Amino acid sequence: MPIELYLNVALGGVLTGLVYGLMALGLSVIFGVVRVVNFAHGEMMTLAMYAAVMLFVYFKLDPLLLMLPIMATLFLFGYAMQTAVINPFITRPEHSQFILLVAIAIIMINGLLMFFGPNARNVLVDYAYDSYQIGPILLDKVRVIAALAALAVAAALFAFFRYAPTGKAIRACADNNRGALVVGLNVKRLYALTFGLGSACVGAAGCMMVLLVDVTPMLGPTYTLLAFVIVIVGGLGSMGGALLGGLLVGVSEALAGLVLTPSAKSMVTFALLILVLLLRPQGLLGRKA
Amino acid sequence: MSLVVERLDLYYGDAQALSEVSLEVGARRIVAIVGANGAGKSSLIRTIAGIEKPRSGSIRFKGQDITGLESYRICDLGIGQVAEGRQVFPSMSVQENLEMGAMIPRARAKARATMSRVYELFPRLAERRGQAAGTLSGGEQQMLAIGRCLMGQPELIMFDEPSLGLAPALVQEVFRTIRLLHEAGHTVVLVEQNVAVSLKLADDAYVLENGRIVMSGRGEELLHDDRVRQAYLGL
Repeated sequence: MPIELYLNVALGGVLTGLVYGLMALGLSVIFGVVRVVNFAHGEMMTLAMYAAVMLFVYFKLDPLLLMLPIMATLFLFGYAMQTAVINPFITRPEHSQFILLVAIAIIMINGLLMFFGPNARNVLVDYAYDSYQIGPILLDKVRVIAALAALAVAAALFAFFRYAPTGKAIRACADNNRGALVVGLNVKRLYALTFGLGSACVGAAGCMMVLLVDVTPMLGPTYTLLAFVIVIVGGLGSMGGALLGGLLVGVSEALAGLVLTPSAKSMVTFALLILVLLLRPQGLLGRKA
Repeated sequence: MSLVVERLDLYYGDAQALSEVSLEVGARRIVAIVGANGAGKSSLIRTIAGIEKPRSGSIRFKGQDITGLESYRICDLGIGQVAEGRQVFPSMSVQENLEMGAMIPRARAKARATMSRVYELFPRLAERRGQAAGTLSGGEQQMLAIGRCLMGQPELIMFDEPSLGLAPALVQEVFRTIRLLHEAGHTVVLVEQNVAVSLKLADDAYVLENGRIVMSGRGEELLHDDRVRQAYLGL
């Protein structure tokens, strides 16, 4: 096979991987601060995807235009969920938190099944089959746009945590929870903000993902698992790690489809996970516990 | 009175940590709470700060009932804390640590001016403002914890074991700083295992044993009390 083909497929994987990375970034931020694993993460993404599909079908609005309102909706949803349901569980043992979030996930999946039925839906924008050609490289326009949007959202989040006072306060909670109480930070409110931000990330990722894959209610668990794998590969709690993990998974999936067979892509993803756990258990950019 | 605690009971599950603790802290005074390890000193501080919720009893600050308020509200009323083990934010810079001290509403507007005051008080912190707090020495971290507390414009500062784990020269420095802050107008509650030094420094003092106040009086008085000398000073 010609080298251009590999390069094309790998670059396509990079672009998809950035969207994966944004999705996993949400999970990583929530875990890093609130110390709760959002087992409803993929389900939240399918919610955002259905929102994008509906708004596209009824109002003919481009999912990327819808990104901001959908992010805002998911933010409010995550904020409310943390305040009402998760905060009371914050001091409980991990297994009861796990059951809580799995329950939320199951409710979401079946809610979507009730409203939309089991059929796959998609968004076909009029530039769906356009592509950019740079020399021998051919890139899908939707993938390029989705990847750029993912980078923009991730960069905004990085800047927020680096420079905004509230962003710094959220980092302080993650860095030393007792210290955060001592200086008078409103930790519960910051947790809710964090869950909202993580949800907004996955909402944005959903708007991009809907351009790349068809959505069904059953898509949720697959992406929850994928986000989890990416975060572990990149390093739990590391924001850069989530993006890097997303890239690696995106590229390895794409190349597996080319070299082996498309149905083997999960196999390669999990092989990557096992490799990282063997050689660098804290994840590629994770800190040693 | 600045702070009045009345018949405070605190439980961790079934275990009683504080039992009918009552004490008074006059405005602009230094009040020491001394006692052995595990006597309940830190529990008392954490309960006043709103981090632990008492089962019964009341806490009033400047006449206002603050029992059971959330910790961020209590900080915002002007009760600051230099916690046991410093509790700095290790991966954040010295400057960011100080900024976090001024996130409460009462302190936000004055943050910039207070920060230069803190850097004046602790020039070492100014030299290291960009450095991660976790890389500072124990003494520097204690300075940072005190500076971060000052950023919150506290009227009352509660020090929890500020000398723990510090070299003797640094212990002197910490106590000198406490005296300085007292002279600058802060009310001070000082919890210490270092009984001799804290009783010398304190106007009033309380002795805590197994979660109960067993003795109270002027600092000087307790320093010369035979029971205190036997139990805590080994004399």
